[in-house]
Amino acid sequence: MSACARTLCEKVWDAHVVHRLPEGPELLYVDLHLVHEVTSPQAFDGLRLAGRRVRRPELTIATVDHNVPTDDRAFPVAEPVSARQLEALAVNARDFGIELFDLTSPRQGIVHVIGPELGLTQPGMLIVCGDSHTSTHGAFGALAFGIGTSEVEHVLATQCLVASRPKTMEVRVDGALGPGVTAKDLILALIGRIGTAGATGHVIEYTGDAVRLLSMEGRMTVCNMSIEAGARAGMIAPDETTFAYLAGRPRAPDGAGFGRAVERWRALRTDDGAEFDARVTLTATTIAPQVTWGTSPGMVVEITGRVPDPADCASAAERQAAERALQYMNLRPGTPLEGLSIDRVFLGSCTNARIEDLRSAARVVRGRQVASGVRALVVPGSQQVKAQAEAEGLDRVFRAAGFEWRNSGCSMCLGMNPDVLASGERCAATSNRNFEGRQGRGGRTHLMSPAMAAAAGIAGRLVDVRRWSAA
Amino acid sequence: MTPFTRHAGRVAALPRVNVDTDQIVPKQFLKRVERSGFGPVLFHDWRYRGDGSPDPAFELNRPEAAQATLLLAGANFGCGSSREHAVWALREYGFRAVLAESFADIFRANCYQNGLLPVSLGSNEMGELFGRYARAGGRYDLVVDLAAQTVRDEHGFRTGFAIDPYWRDMLLRGLDEIGRTLLEDQRITAYERSRA
Repeated sequence: MSACARTLCEKVWDAHVVHRLPEGPELLYVDLHLVHEVTSPQAFDGLRLAGRRVRRPELTIATVDHNVPTDDRAFPVAEPVSARQLEALAVNARDFGIELFDLTSPRQGIVHVIGPELGLTQPGMLIVCGDSHTSTHGAFGALAFGIGTSEVEHVLATQCLVASRPKTMEVRVDGALGPGVTAKDLILALIGRIGTAGATGHVIEYTGDAVRLLSMEGRMTVCNMSIEAGARAGMIAPDETTFAYLAGRPRAPDGAGFGRAVERWRALRTDDGAEFDARVTLTATTIAPQVTWGTSPGMVVEITGRVPDPADCASAAERQAAERALQYMNLRPGTPLEGLSIDRVFLGSCTNARIEDLRSAARVVRGRQVASGVRALVVPGSQQVKAQAEAEGLDRVFRAAGFEWRNSGCSMCLGMNPDVLASGERCAATSNRNFEGRQGRGGRTHLMSPAMAAAAGIAGRLVDVRRWSAA
Repeated sequence: MTPFTRHAGRVAALPRVNVDTDQIVPKQFLKRVERSGFGPVLFHDWRYRGDGSPDPAFELNRPEAAQATLLLAGANFGCGSSREHAVWALREYGFRAVLAESFADIFRANCYQNGLLPVSLGSNEMGELFGRYARAGGRYDLVVDLAAQTVRDEHGFRTGFAIDPYWRDMLLRGLDEIGRTLLEDQRITAYERSRA
């Protein structure tokens, strides 16, 4: 290894070191701080109590997403506790001089959808947000990770974060994904392989032909769920696909500035000979559409697979977790995933609610009807995605099929707003977490790609979308 | 922040792996705009049945766990959502330290920020502690000593643990991280100028 060969992660990290503290961790400068209503009120209160200001309000952007209603957006929202939290963010943004995309803004949306869409997210940046899915922004070659509320307060006050250098992991995906197999299947397959703590302490860099072939939307899906593998962040080196996505975005550099930025961004790649602390290789051609069967994203199998038998688990702890998951999910070992009947479909979340996701689901749905007894919801990731989808007529495709067409927000991914599962309901979801109660107490979540979830809604049961295309 | 030097207390055990922060504080309680009020809803959906009554089968509802201040947990504790509410809830409930084979990164950082000590031990040590807890019928006490970086009981168990030296110092002294970083203001300003 050459002495100065560095990984992408190391390059971005090094460029943001303000100071190395004597005890080891480093003071890092934050280029972009994204703020939402749920994890920020206590941080702003902390600033007030200490008489502190926001150091760089112009590097801080706020939006409302976690608990906004997706049907009636009249303000104040109907639920008083949610209204109080939304109002708190409005007051905090005003008092501290922070730009806020609120419910009246055509740019409002899920924080990890609007950052890239506005061109705020750019290669080489260090981006933080009080939300674990901040890893999404790594799709642009940014180093982006979730932080807690105390750290949100720290970044507001200092524009810096104290952090210890992470380990690096390369996940190389060779070959090309087959028809009907998506970025969601790729990342679920990885989590199934390495486990939900498989990348703890590491920043993953995704490389290989299958990753290069992904659109920016697909790359965001992959980086988004890096946290579900335990990773601190996920990253993909920027390339022509990245630059083409960013060109013309409202907050991206424009004119000659864009060309100069692209020249800088081209250097953001792992040097030949740089070493990773860990390496994992996947073969894209062997990845099938994935479906989770349990209550952790690592509890996942191919759609053609069966619910595993806890007796086959490697350890007692895993066996107990699997037994508990099967009881919660009301499933028996050996049951084929294909054919499992569902009650709800959720097309949404920061993982899979971008325009390409909606197009992919609409292709499956077009000219068909949601199965009787199934309630299906489409929640675009942002108001811009919604407008784009409506311009393409996708809303009419979904509505004609019997889907509800909503306004943007996190919605049923975590059910902080009124969109929740009832106890015992089984849901085909495009979101990122199948934890117990995540979508509603007693609700049963199966994670999958948008096309798979859409097909499940039409069939009323889990189906293999690869055969659907031929049907 | 309350300093953490050495703590002796009653142990509660939650022998489950991958306990995510959605379980520690379910989303319906994240709408509070304060840092307090989360102790009563810690592990809400596990702790209480649908009718609101305590579930006697849940580990923390065992009578001997009532005064617990130390939590033994399975690997990858605190995975999932970044919600610091999970740590606020554990602290407000009365826990001073969580002992597990591993922790999720964001959860660990949130622990440090709130004086809740995350103690990572090897699988053999954790197995031994769960065993001793069970043999003591749940009436089991431990001493967690951050200064000495040891965990011990009164019956011969003793093990060391590793911790980031920065956070060991911050916790021992109970320092406010923002106040500390603001001491570096000149360096931050110099960095900003260098990039302007």
